[in-house]
Amino acid sequence: MPSTQVNPTRMELTRLKRKLVTARRGHKLLKDKRDELMRRFLELVKENKELRKKVEKGIAEANKNFALAEAVMSGEAVKTALLAPKQSVSVEASSKNVMSVNVPVFDYKTRTADRSDIFSYGFASTSADLDAAVSSLAEVFPDMLRLAEVEKSCALMAAEIEKTRRRVNALEHVMIPDYMEKIHYISMKLDENERSTQIRLLKVKDMMIQKNFEAKHKNDA
Amino acid sequence: MYKMAAIGDRASVYGFAALGLDTYFVTAADEAKKLMRRLADGDYAVIYITEQLAELIKDELADLSEAQLPAVIPIPGVYGNTGMGMRAVNESVIKAVGSDIV
Repeated sequence: MPSTQVNPTRMELTRLKRKLVTARRGHKLLKDKRDELMRRFLELVKENKELRKKVEKGIAEANKNFALAEAVMSGEAVKTALLAPKQSVSVEASSKNVMSVNVPVFDYKTRTADRSDIFSYGFASTSADLDAAVSSLAEVFPDMLRLAEVEKSCALMAAEIEKTRRRVNALEHVMIPDYMEKIHYISMKLDENERSTQIRLLKVKDMMIQKNFEAKHKNDA
Repeated sequence: MYKMAAIGDRASVYGFAALGLDTYFVTAADEAKKLMRRLADGDYAVIYITEQLAELIKDELADLSEAQLPAVIPIPGVYGNTGMGMRAVNESVIKAVGSDIV
């Protein structure tokens, strides 16, 4: 039984058939979209994990160096040395369209032309450990930016995949079977109507023949 | 043009100032929430946040994860790696695939 009442008319049948065709096409397209998104997502996730491992290791290393620097110099001296940063980064964020998901692409620019121009202090009053710490942090920085890009893309794509998967499932398991059932119901009903019309005609014809026959009989008699 | 920021406890993020990131020192959850909202509305494209702090304001970050910008990236702080960043990646895999396969 169809879940909602449908009018068993020919017009409704054509309308439903057209809807079914659209639903089938949509289902196929969405399925393709899901598969391709999934493929790209899995590639990206692999990169994401590797990058994250690398960045986490790099940051841990840098933190170690900073701790070392702070052990040699006073904490205050380290803070003052980094108080007035020489460098500043700005990010150019554009977006890339991956299967209708807009993922960000970051490109960073530094204020001074030399990207390694990061030491905001005189070398006389600071220990070499601080230099090592700052440069080790600078080393992981490009990876950190790439990580930001990849991780954000992964999160956005995951959300889109989830949405697409739901749509595919809804079409496959609810919409399409529902349409098919309705179409079946209508065509059965129409066939039934046709048969009953046919029978009625036959009956009427029989009755007419009978009447004719009887009339003729009476005339003859 | 967008800016970048690092937020967390002082010891974990002060080094990023040398690279030219804006650093904010926060440790309390409600303070972090306010700051996060302010930064998200401002012109920040990438915000690095220590895992400890990210754990405290999880709900706020979940709201931001749907938007295209900013990208909020958890990083380990000086007090060690809590594994939260990796877990977040795995969570997105589960969300997309339905189970943790990679």
